[in-house]
Amino acid sequence: MNHPITLTVNGVLREATVPARRLLSDCLRHDLGLTGTHVGCEHGVCGACTVLLDGEPVRSCLMFAVTADGHEITTVEGLAAADGTLSPVQRGFAECHGLQCGFCTPGFLCTVTAFLRENAAPTDEEVVEAISGNLCRCTGYQNIIKAVHRAAEIQAETQGGEAGR
Amino acid sequence: MTTKLFGEPVRRREDARLITGRGRYLDDLGADALAVAFVRSPHAHARIRDIDVSAALDVEGLVAIYTWEDLPGALAEPLPLLIPHPALTHGRTAYPLAREIVRHVGEPVVMVVARDRYLAEDACSLIRVDYEMRKPVVGVEEAAEAVHLVHEDVPGNVGAHLVQEVPSADGRSAREAIEAAPHTLAFRLDVERSACMPLEGKGVYARWDADDQSLRVYSSTQSSTSVRMAIAAKLGLPLPKVEVIAPDVGGGFGVKIVHPWPEEVLIPWAARLLGREVKWTEDRREHFVSSSHERGQVQYVRVGFDDDGRVLGLDVNILHDHGAYTPYGIIVPIITATQLLGPYKIGAYRVEFSSIYTNTVQVTPYRGAGRPQGVFCMERTMDKIAAHLGLDRTEVRAANLIQPDEFPYDQGMIFQDGRPLIYDSGNYPEALRMLKELIGWDSFPEMKAAAAAEGRTIGIGLACYVEGTGVGPYEGGHVQVTSDGRVHVSTGLTSQGQGHETVFAQIAATELGVPIEKVSVVTGDTRRFGYAVGTFASRAAVMSGNAIALACRKVREKALRIAADALEADPRDLEITDGVVHVAGTPSASIPLATVAVLSNPLRYAFDEEAQRATQFAGGPSSMDRPPVEEGTEPGLEGRDYYSPIRSTFACGMHAAIVETDPLTAEIEILRYAVVHDCGRLINPMIVEGQIHGGVAQGVGGALYEKMAYDEHGQLLNASFMDFLMPYATEVPRIETAHLETPSPLNPLGIKGAGEAGVIPVSAVIAAAIEDAEGIPIDRMPISPSDLHHLRLETG
Repeated sequence: MNHPITLTVNGVLREATVPARRLLSDCLRHDLGLTGTHVGCEHGVCGACTVLLDGEPVRSCLMFAVTADGHEITTVEGLAAADGTLSPVQRGFAECHGLQCGFCTPGFLCTVTAFLRENAAPTDEEVVEAISGNLCRCTGYQNIIKAVHRAAEIQAETQGGEAGR
Repeated sequence: MTTKLFGEPVRRREDARLITGRGRYLDDLGADALAVAFVRSPHAHARIRDIDVSAALDVEGLVAIYTWEDLPGALAEPLPLLIPHPALTHGRTAYPLAREIVRHVGEPVVMVVARDRYLAEDACSLIRVDYEMRKPVVGVEEAAEAVHLVHEDVPGNVGAHLVQEVPSADGRSAREAIEAAPHTLAFRLDVERSACMPLEGKGVYARWDADDQSLRVYSSTQSSTSVRMAIAAKLGLPLPKVEVIAPDVGGGFGVKIVHPWPEEVLIPWAARLLGREVKWTEDRREHFVSSSHERGQVQYVRVGFDDDGRVLGLDVNILHDHGAYTPYGIIVPIITATQLLGPYKIGAYRVEFSSIYTNTVQVTPYRGAGRPQGVFCMERTMDKIAAHLGLDRTEVRAANLIQPDEFPYDQGMIFQDGRPLIYDSGNYPEALRMLKELIGWDSFPEMKAAAAAEGRTIGIGLACYVEGTGVGPYEGGHVQVTSDGRVHVSTGLTSQGQGHETVFAQIAATELGVPIEKVSVVTGDTRRFGYAVGTFASRAAVMSGNAIALACRKVREKALRIAADALEADPRDLEITDGVVHVAGTPSASIPLATVAVLSNPLRYAFDEEAQRATQFAGGPSSMDRPPVEEGTEPGLEGRDYYSPIRSTFACGMHAAIVETDPLTAEIEILRYAVVHDCGRLINPMIVEGQIHGGVAQGVGGALYEKMAYDEHGQLLNASFMDFLMPYATEVPRIETAHLETPSPLNPLGIKGAGEAGVIPVSAVIAAAIEDAEGIPIDRMPISPSDLHHLRLETG
């Protein structure tokens, strides 16, 4: 049996009709065509599918689409400003070579976006802790850690404007 | 603005799409394609008595179900044995779908096509396969005993057996040299299985164009050109009617160089048969049980040495577990056997390996490809010699190093490319000196004593390796300057995150003298470049980098010739700067490369204003005595060239680590990790460092966490990210790197490969450091706190 749902994804009201068992990750990717969210393990360990649900990072592979009905979701496609200006986190990753194959990157970007809203000037330990639920097989994390610090810097520089997007 | 971008830490051009969710990975394509799921064997060894699909037929959205019996022609034959070798006397490969016998858990038995993956899996769950159980063969030593056979026609479970022997300078065999040596040691080493584990699994998406009778296939592969040839052969299609594209690929690390995977021929076949787009995306469990693993070896070592620790004779016997099938031949144990020698010159060497079948997932190269095991063997040997003689571990290594004036250095063996194992260049004593300085080797005893005074246990270890990179046979590059001044570069090999779009653009921009913004790079698309080998063996930068440089030089020469005509100058006086050809020292006498591109293609028809300059009445520079396209030239400002080296180029690295072990919990923490790396000239230091970081992280996984836990029934007990422990940020130390640049004399750019480097010595380094901390011999990897705890009890 299919269920109609309504989600606000990246600020846009989206409707879909999905079976109860459709994962939120599959709904975003296949029903809504937002393929930037990736699925790496299908059981909540790798963090690649992380999106922001009402601003909080969640694993979209561990949630049914119907559960997200009525909620606000931000995916990697929604991190940049409407005019295409990259968010501080996106800029940090690009400036610090924080990605290689890029498959895990959307999950990291969403996780870090939420983290820097809570903690605008984190220590090394806090950064490691914040990203310790996301797997990356390419970078060895060193440049990701650097990227998070850089993102915090950029966010501080742009504070008052579009900060924290 | 400078266009000399070679050697600069240029930011990656790939990132703009990858950080905004606009990457196109395999499963992002084909939104309307039918989905495939497989029924895979739940047993390690069994005969298929019957397959009953009747219950699945009523599943809504079901399109088709296929078993081996449905496969026509060449598709019903075993998959290719990609790299035959005379020593591989009993090579065996799987059928795309199991024919009568399954030989490992995860082997595909039934293929289901349905409207979406959920429905395909519904159907799979209703298909009943009746198996007659056979005795599974698990564990390489058990397999070597051959009480039961994996393949009935492979006696002893031995797929291959190879001996290579290099006598000493005075003609003694390794065994004679060991007998005569003042000191000898004998021991056994064990390395566990791990796997590449890219975050994106495999995937295949095929479109059959019935009007055009052609096939377009996207695959998450490391070799699109070869997948293309395999598909054409298996489906009986003319090669020009098949195109294969590697889209954005979410990591490879070796597993995606194997081809064709069953799915790479089955999905295109089904797409053609059904006249529909068909896609298969591997899930994580499938990846664990049906892709490839690597590393598993048992090594028996005998070594003879003198009072200074110089190795006089080394005799290594390797049992290599290659799983149920050998599609990639015996490349992994050959690399172990040859690269084991590292940066050392040893008196006499004998290496023997048996490559053994087991009822487990097949073994094919994983980043490092046999080298981590070889380095583990040699470096553990060096440490044991030092311990035996009471010498510093770096002194023993120094006593055995090949010296800078001894290159080219012939190790007297045959390498994985079938060519002599001759090192082209290096400076190993300098690398060792740099490493000791970076980690603070000489002051470590004080640090250790200070830690001990606080009740802490720390240890230091190091390991050295040499890596043959940039193996042939060849790669090619095509470079085209279009009339808008843009430079289009293509090469056939594929990318999985190495930053090829950036480094190849750096090379092209530097060679052609154009701004990098004008350059675009396409890899792994057979529509653009049909001849290639693939991305593996740290070869992409060396092979395609040089091919692209050579192609650029052809284009440059042609551009200068055309510009010289237009400017009435001597081509030898011309330079290209920022995309403008000009007379050296006279910037006013110039012509943009874009205009040269227009002039390079004599036109009859003007399609825009710029093109008018090349039309027949435009009064261009060409003489009426010569044809518009002169003999020996071609229209267009483009060039194609290939780079094919006589042999591999040899990079080197030395790593050291300081670890702390917890006296109570046996927890192991890496306090410092230092890398000295020499990959010749660096194209982009930022990207090389990134490659090293990632390699070390995978090495840390292999040293401390990752193993494939098979039980005696051949069931993989940890086939998920929950149970197979890959390092998170919390497990990877900060990596300190230093670079040494010893250019390769073998290629025009002087570069060596860097892709695999980081992973190679890590197990050896960590073992050495733990051994130093604990005073307990560490002879097997990985080592968990629990393993260390038990070792303490055993030796306590």
